[in-house]
Order: sequence, then C-alpha cells, then structure tokens
Amino acid sequence: MIKLYPLKEIKFPVMAECITADVFEGKAVEEIENLKLWEGNKQKLLKGLFKVEENKTENVKDETTITIQGDVSKVKKIGANMKNGEIRIYGNVGMYLGEELKGGRIFVEGNVGGWAGSMMKGGTIEIHGDVGDYLGAPYRGYSEGVHGGKIIVNGNVGNEVGAHMRKGTIKVYGCAKQFVGFRMCDGTIYVQKDAEPRAGACMTGGKIIIGGFLESVLPTFTVESVKEKVKVDEGETAIGPFYLFLGDLAEHGDGKLYVCKERNTHLTYYEKFL
Amino acid sequence: MDIAAKDGKIVANVNERKARKIDASGMIVMPGGVDIHCHIAGSEVNTGRLLRPEDHFRDFERKTSTTRSGVGHSIPSTFTTGYRYARMGYTTIMNPSMPPLEAKHTHEELNDTPIVDKASYSLLGDWWFVLECLKEGKIEECAKYVAWMMNSTKGYAIKIVNPGGLESWGYGQNVTSLDDQVPCFCVTPREILRGLCKVNKLLNLPHTIHVHTNNLGKPGNYQTALETMKCVEDLASENKPAIHITHCQFCAFKGDDWRTLESGAEEISNYVNAHSHVTLDMGQVIFADTTTMTADGPFQYTLYELSRNKWVNHDIETETSAGIVPFRYRRKSYANAIQWSIGLELALLIKDPWKIFMTTDHPNGGPFTSYPKIIAWFISQKAREASLKRINPRARNKSLLTSINREMSFYEVAIVTRAGQAKALGLKNKGHLGVDADADIAIYNVNPEKTDPSRKYKRVRRAFKKAAYTVKGGTIVVKDGEVLKHVHGATVWLDVQTSENVKLSDEMKRKFREYWTVEYENYPVTENYLEASNPIVVKASV
Repeated sequence: MIKLYPLKEIKFPVMAECITADVFEGKAVEEIENLKLWEGNKQKLLKGLFKVEENKTENVKDETTITIQGDVSKVKKIGANMKNGEIRIYGNVGMYLGEELKGGRIFVEGNVGGWAGSMMKGGTIEIHGDVGDYLGAPYRGYSEGVHGGKIIVNGNVGNEVGAHMRKGTIKVYGCAKQFVGFRMCDGTIYVQKDAEPRAGACMTGGKIIIGGFLESVLPTFTVESVKEKVKVDEGETAIGPFYLFLGDLAEHGDGKLYVCKERNTHLTYYEKFL
Repeated sequence: MDIAAKDGKIVANVNERKARKIDASGMIVMPGGVDIHCHIAGSEVNTGRLLRPEDHFRDFERKTSTTRSGVGHSIPSTFTTGYRYARMGYTTIMNPSMPPLEAKHTHEELNDTPIVDKASYSLLGDWWFVLECLKEGKIEECAKYVAWMMNSTKGYAIKIVNPGGLESWGYGQNVTSLDDQVPCFCVTPREILRGLCKVNKLLNLPHTIHVHTNNLGKPGNYQTALETMKCVEDLASENKPAIHITHCQFCAFKGDDWRTLESGAEEISNYVNAHSHVTLDMGQVIFADTTTMTADGPFQYTLYELSRNKWVNHDIETETSAGIVPFRYRRKSYANAIQWSIGLELALLIKDPWKIFMTTDHPNGGPFTSYPKIIAWFISQKAREASLKRINPRARNKSLLTSINREMSFYEVAIVTRAGQAKALGLKNKGHLGVDADADIAIYNVNPEKTDPSRKYKRVRRAFKKAAYTVKGGTIVVKDGEVLKHVHGATVWLDVQTSENVKLSDEMKRKFREYWTVEYENYPVTENYLEASNPIVVKASV
C-alpha cells in the first residue's frame, strides 16, 4: 500500500495522470517519487508535491492500493485510464477523477470536482461527498459518455449527470441539478432525492429514476403508466410508485423516465392521460 | 546526379565549395509535394474547429524553439497544418473553397499557415452576377466580373460546387440533373458549367474550372459525373484539359440506394482513358473519424440525416452555402468500404497518371496525414490486400481491387502526388526539378533500387510519413521529420489583366449595396493583406 501526503497547499492545477495503480504497480518508492507531472506550466517530480510512504504488509496482496491523505482539490486526472487496483482518497479531489477508467476502484471521502468518471468504461467510483458538474459526462464535443462501470455518490451532484451515457450505472443518494441524463442512449441513472428540471432532455434510451421532487417533466415526454417499483441494479430496487414517462420524442427516443408519484403531486394531472 | 539551388531557384550549377551539401545517396529525391485540393483555411474550416473540440482533444503539439504550439487531427490549427504538410515533404497546397465574402478570413488563416505555398479557389459557380450574366448569355461580361472577383479575392481558380444546387438550397431545394432549372435565375447547371468553362478560357487562367459535381454523394451519381465531363467536351482545345472533377470518388457511385451501392469507377475510368480534356482527383476515403465540410449545403444535409451527428449549415449571401458534419468512415460498413475501394480503383484504372491525382479531399475523406497510407496502397498490391482483408466482406466481394494488379512505380507516385498536380494547376515552377523551378525539394529515406516497394510497403510508408529533408525555397525546413525552421510560404494568386480595367458600373454597385451586407468599398482583399504575396500575371483575351 502506498500513501501520498500533499507536502503543502497546492496552488496551481496539477495534471496527475501518473497517479494510478497501474503506473505505481511494481515500482519502488524512489521510482514513484521520480514520476513526472505538470504543475501549472512547469514539469515537476511527484516528490516535489507529495510525500510518498510505503506501508509494507506481510500479507500477499494482488492489487496495488494508493491512499491519498489531504486536500488535492487542484489535482486533476487522478486514476485516469486505470485498469486495476484501488485508489482511496481522504480529502477533496479535483477534476477528471477516474477519466476513462477501465477497471479497479476509486473511493473518495470528500468532495470531487467536475467530470468525475468521464467516459469511463468499467470499474467503480464511490464518492462520499458532493460532486461537481458533468459527473460521467464526456469531454466537450464527444458524443460517447460512460460505457460501463458504476458510479455511486453519497451526496449531491451538479448539472448534466451522465450526459451521453451509453451503458453502466450512476447512483446518486442526494440531489441533482439540471439536465440529468442529457442525450443518454442507454444505462441507468438513479437520483434518490430531488432533481432540477429538464431531466432526460434529448435522451434516446436508458433509464432515469428520480425518487424526489421534480419540478416539471419536459413537454416532449409522454406518460405511459404507473409502476410500483423499479429495479436500479442487481441488489437495489427503488420502491415507488413511480410515473413512467417515455421520451425524448423530439429525438424519436424511447428512454424511460421514472418520477416518484408521492413527492410530485403537481404531476397528478398526467394521470388523466393514462 | 547533383541538384543545385540558389536564391530559392534550381540552377544548373553552383560553387561547390561554398554551397551547403545534402547527401541524398540511396534516397528518393522528388520535387516538393503539391496538393490540389485540401480544405485548410477559411470560415468553414474554422467553424469545423469550433464545432469539434473533441477532435483536438488528444492530438496536440507543444511549442518548440522553432515551431508554435497547435492542435491536430482532422482539422488541425493553421500552424500545425503547415508543419505537418512540410514533414511529409509537401510544399504547395491549394485551399479549394473560398467563398468570396469570406476571402479576408481565408487569407488571414493562410498567412498563418507556415512553410507551404498556398492558393485558394474562389467559389463562383452560384454567384448571382455570374448567374445573371449567363442567363442573358453575356459570356464576356461574365468574364470581366470573374476577373474582377479573382483580383478582389486573391483567388487562383474558378471553383464550382454543385452548380445551381447551392442557389436552389436557399429555397430548400436542390438540382438533380444538369438540366434542372435554378429558381429565379432560369439557368441550368449545364449552362453554368459551359459558361464558366468558356470564361476560364477567355481569361486564360492556368487551371481549368474546378468542379464538384451535382448529385455528389448520392448512389447512381456516376452518370451525372460522366455527363458533367461530356458537357464541356467540345470546349477543349489542343488536347488541353478543360475541366477538373474533384474528389471523384464521391461522384462515382453506382446503384439505386446505399444498400445496392456499387463502384462506378470502371465507367468513369473508361471515359477518362478515352478523353484528354478531363483531370480528376481521388478524394480517397480513410477509415477514421473525420469532419466533412463542403460548400454543398444540400449534400451536407443528406449526410447529417445519415449520421444524425451534430452539424452546421450556412448560407452565404448571393454566393454559396456551406455545411459541416463530423463523420466516421467504418471498415465494417458496406457503403464506406465500397467508397474506400472506389477511390483506389479510380487511381489504378486510369492509365495515365497525369490525369488522376492523390487527395483525400482533406478533411472530407480523411486527414491529409494519411497520404503515406495511400501511397502504400498505390505501390503495393500486398498493402491493398492487407486492407481488403479487414473491410466489410460483402464490399470485399464487390470490390474491383481484387482484379487489379497494377502497382505504381515511384515515378508514377511522383506524378500523382506532385508533377501532375502542378501541371494541372499550371504552376510552371512547381512539381519538377529542372532549372528555374522553385527549390522545393522533398527527400525520402528509402532506396528505390534496393527496396522492393510491393513487399516492403511499410518501410515506404514510414519514409513518406517523415521526409528525411524538406527544402522550401532553398532553405532546409525539415530534417528527419522535425521542423527546423519556421519560414513563411507565399500566397499565390492570379493578377488577371483584362484589356481595360474592370470597373463595376453604377448599376452593379447599386446591386452590391442591395444584395450584400458588405459595402463594395470594403469588399476586395488588397495585396498588402497578404503576408507573402506571389501574384501570377495572366493576360486575358477580353
């Protein structure tokens, strides 16, 4: 197990693609200390920013585990492209956490910046804290978002959760801002609490479940039926009842938008169309 | 044999003791490459850059002590465009669509494209003044306006895109044959093509009319392409070409729809082999993610409907239209694989390499950085077979490539990539290494005597990717694929001199005020706008 401690408060944005379990695997502490990363416009060594410690455990472990203790909210791209291993962060993290993650686990006890899990293909990201905008959404311009894997957030998230999502699961046990599942094609997004309007805008497939208050449903959705419960993923089912809306018809889509019936009494007028 | 260069020109000999020498023994020495058709600058290219941040996301170049930073891929930034062309040994490139209204923007970008010489073709096929003149049959008057436009926009040739179709697109329509009428103007595409071909001849322009045919990108359009070539057959003289059909792959489709799409390359190449008034360029498709951009608004709309991708469509007042759609050509797609095959079939079935040139219609068929791949397909059947194995099986069975065993020699490669293009463009100082030519030289590190190109095609491909040396105007700008020096390339344009100076009449100025949002006085691009100007004086016969 390798532990990283920020030496001082990081002032400039740091691009830290090298902080992944794949890169650290099999490396001695000295080698890890000499990995290069960019701080602002200067290239630096990892030891210039972090204190590296190795906790040797006698038990044979298969996977490399990296633990970061401290505030790294200016450090971007931690865990990018990671295939195996685990990263545990106790503190706030910057943008692009686990970008294009392919496997392994990332665990965060703190808040995370934007684009967490951007374009990820597999693996798990678990965040105990709030997340910025574009959780699981692709970089600007791309039309292919999350392709697989699971993101679990025990906190609130920003705008455009799971934009352009293709597969996988995003679970948010807090509130979400606007445009949940913007242009999503497939996969599941579960928001346990409230969501701001425009959920499912331009979606063509997939499933969005909103367990709390939703101010309005876009006019390009039609109400289909009322469901008692909805399966989120293996081992979790959201208990409703839920209104099921289909859309986005502006895009000839047949995505499913489930909205909690109990918390949204202002949507009862939809029932006359059932 | 030695080649001597002095003051930017190739000369018979120089003082050997003082001259700087490059030892190119065991290498291929060619004139600097010439690209007859690549969209590298202008408003649509720039809009494409804005539309696709993801295109640049992974491909970027850091600044070095000599070069500036920039981004790549299908639509590289201006500096990167210049560097990447130079790295492949290209020194002259032609930007094929410049809406006259956007000429200033285009020239600003060209000014920022380093190393290579460049020129732009003015889009004149659907300009209202042209349409009005042709409607009344006033060819000479039309010629004068075209001359004025050529000087005002600092253009190099007459570009015609989907003649008549762009004006119709303003009404949400398109023309489907050469004899459909354009709304309001009552002229047909045939009249536009013939009219501008005559104008081109009257003005003695060095290049022919540069035509993007009607019905481009529609199955069954090879007949339109053949008719387009036939319609100016009688206007050719002295075996000189009268028409250049550009990115011919996109207009060589046979079949009724995308499912029954077949190659029309055989019919087109039979015609071209039998006639001498046509030159073509390939518009080869590369299996990659790219951005399509043409002035052909209706075609881009069709493409948008096919791909359902984000897109831009644009109408340029009185002159032309434009559209941009990101597109991915897939090996496993039947239609895309057939398209890939058509391009190569055209290049290999047309016997005379002076009639067909290598392009990808950058970025419509693929980025220009794939040229080495195409060269490998030219010279080696093995390379073609390796690619054939990986494409859609139904397309593979239909492809004519399996029956073609022609392999181009390096001389033929030199013709299709530089000499032929320079000749078709009428660039007398480019595309050869004779005395008085510009000292634009590309040296590739592959020994033509020892390497068997058909077997060692990968080696050739590598060599053409990174030129051992690129010399531009007598200066070594690239060595081993690294840019050594940032030099300015000149902007070539035509100074068309008519018998009397063309002045727009008051009537025309009035129209200018009515039709355009830009005032007549602000419209022309003046010569001081160009960073390095290289006018070619043309004496017109009107």
